[in-house]
Amino acid sequence: MAARIQLPGRARRGEVIRVGILIQHPMETGYRLEVDGRKVPKNVIRSFACRYNGVEVFRAEMSPGIAANPFLQFHTVALDSGELEFSWVDDAGQPGSAREAIEVI
Amino acid sequence: MRINPIRRSLVAVLAAACLKPFAALAATWNKDGFGAKTAADALKALGAGNPLPSKDLLIEAPQIAENGAVVPIEITSNVPGTTSIAVLIDKNPFPLVAKFDFTAGALPFVKLNAKMGETSDVRVIAEAGGKHYVATQEIKVTVGGCGG
Repeated sequence: MAARIQLPGRARRGEVIRVGILIQHPMETGYRLEVDGRKVPKNVIRSFACRYNGVEVFRAEMSPGIAANPFLQFHTVALDSGELEFSWVDDAGQPGSAREAIEVI
Repeated sequence: MRINPIRRSLVAVLAAACLKPFAALAATWNKDGFGAKTAADALKALGAGNPLPSKDLLIEAPQIAENGAVVPIEITSNVPGTTSIAVLIDKNPFPLVAKFDFTAGALPFVKLNAKMGETSDVRVIAEAGGKHYVATQEIKVTVGGCGG
């Protein structure tokens, strides 16, 4: 599962930074039908978390009510240089993760 | 083949350690809330049976969504001490869309793209200091987004 992250590469200490992530995932509702009439099984990213230098700052629990290729944006405060680490898992138990560095001046 | 109990327990511990980050992710998923078929049941599962209406909860979303498959919703809570925000779409088959938790300095703001089956009220619930607050906005949908 690929993901794209929006994060300022550099920020001032104490500045509010906008973090965005787009994860490639179909977010299957379980209602859609295959060509042969069988239901496509429900499969959505149910849990997502973001850690900033190992400390959790943001967590999301999601449902099929979230659009395909979920895009989330949240705000946090730039504290120290380091890394934001994103991890998620879907109904099928398939985990995914991504990371992005930030420099705090 | 004989099973070595010591090695067996070692394998189990190692396996548990490898799976732990994702087990921790899965553990908090609110099964009752996300399985609820009415907004009232979902609110109960969130422990927010009777939330207080609040003007400090801001919803920024289109009044008319052209495509129910992707409805952008932006939420800001100005309620002091907000720790979590939940989004409910009353007329979706499962109203509870998502719940977001903010810790360690993250601000109670979130932007998401929701799916909407039909025109519905969108309810946003914020939790602050053990109390729940609610704001509601109706979004009209011209083309539903639940597929099938």
